[in-house]
Amino acid sequence: MRVMIPSALRSYTGAGEVDAQGDTLAALLADLDRRYPGLRFRIVDEQDRIRRHIRFFVNGEQGFDLALRLGPDDEIYIVQALSGG
Amino acid sequence: MSGVTLLIATRKGAWFLHGDAARRRWQVDGPHFLGHVINHVMLDPRDGSTMIAAGKTGHLGPTMFRSSDRGKSWKEVAQPPAFPKAEKRSVDHTFWLTPGHASEGGVWYAGTSPQGLFRSEDGGDSWAPVSGFNDRPGARKASGGSQDGTPDGPKLHSIIVDPRDRRHLYLGMSGGGVHESIDEGATWRPLIEGLEVVGGFDPANVAFHDPHCIRLSPSNPDRLYQQNHCGIYRLDRPSEHWVRVGRAMPSEVGDIGFPMVVHPHDADRAWVFPMDGTDVWPRTCPGGMPAVYATRDGGGSWQRQSAGFPAEQVWWTVKRQAMTADRADKVGLYFGTTSGDVWASADEGESWSCIARHLPEIYAVEAATA
Repeated sequence: MRVMIPSALRSYTGAGEVDAQGDTLAALLADLDRRYPGLRFRIVDEQDRIRRHIRFFVNGEQGFDLALRLGPDDEIYIVQALSGG
Repeated sequence: MSGVTLLIATRKGAWFLHGDAARRRWQVDGPHFLGHVINHVMLDPRDGSTMIAAGKTGHLGPTMFRSSDRGKSWKEVAQPPAFPKAEKRSVDHTFWLTPGHASEGGVWYAGTSPQGLFRSEDGGDSWAPVSGFNDRPGARKASGGSQDGTPDGPKLHSIIVDPRDRRHLYLGMSGGGVHESIDEGATWRPLIEGLEVVGGFDPANVAFHDPHCIRLSPSNPDRLYQQNHCGIYRLDRPSEHWVRVGRAMPSEVGDIGFPMVVHPHDADRAWVFPMDGTDVWPRTCPGGMPAVYATRDGGGSWQRQSAGFPAEQVWWTVKRQAMTADRADKVGLYFGTTSGDVWASADEGESWSCIARHLPEIYAVEAATA
């Protein structure tokens, strides 16, 4: 599926849009981390909590749970949210 | 000594200042990691080439970068510090880096916020929690909650390895006191006798202690100095009683501050940078008049050193990692300010000059000899 990457993470992916796979958000992140080592820890902490200034959108709807089911045609946006000056 | 490089960690990236042999001309090198909150950049004195930078960004979680060519190129580490699942805590940022003992190349220690002690045995590429400290009985109670630390989170800092004994460690917690281990971190005990706490609280309770910066004297590892939330102290081991040597500071200046620097060759000499710790704690230069204070007698007396600083209307301060010394015979002193300026003295604090301006807020300054 298509995953849109925010500018803060393009040092890992080298691109603003990448392909990755997974039937849940957690599986997708594991796949992204295999392809781009270190990426996951920057956006999800060691307790599997989505970091404070990171948001996930699946087909335009915000996803809050890493167990969220994904389909092969879903479009994922990883977004860097407001973090101050 | 052929030259000093200052490693400047700031709220928006890292810079290096390369000095000439006379420490008069400085070449700016940076920014590195522009936009990253860099809390500490440290050179490994054991090989003279490995560097580690601890960083995060406004959006992204913490990580570290490692260089094997003295900062020319960097690679993200494989496994930055992270708490085990059972801890239910997550590392917000790594605050402090300390290279391990000279006999243990590749060993590093890191202190994080929230407070955790981590150790690497592969030159900083992967990190593991030091369970003997993080999981010691009463650990969480001693640390308090998120409100019991500095504004951007409680810090574990001032990790010190005794140069005579790799198993002998000290560290500080803001808040949470001073702690010592003699078995390489397996077990710990508080070292807080003689330290004062905010009025009305029990000094026997380690949670009420707030060491800001602890330094071991390089020329006499039995002597430690400490800048604390409640004064300046000295400890001469094997005594366990800290003595408040800051009582000898001028009363109009006080003995509150963040950094502590010890002379590399003379354990009787040390420097502090006082800040205003009165009423609402402005944490600015007292009276708007910046000055370093130096002692030549182990804290028995203090002399003001302010030649070169503006005389008035100066409201920055110097954070706990942001003041340091080089190891030259005539010691050079350096500090970075919360307003992004770097000041240097090539004559042990007698006179000062500003060697860089307009950087972001400075968190740490380290002096690396070429």
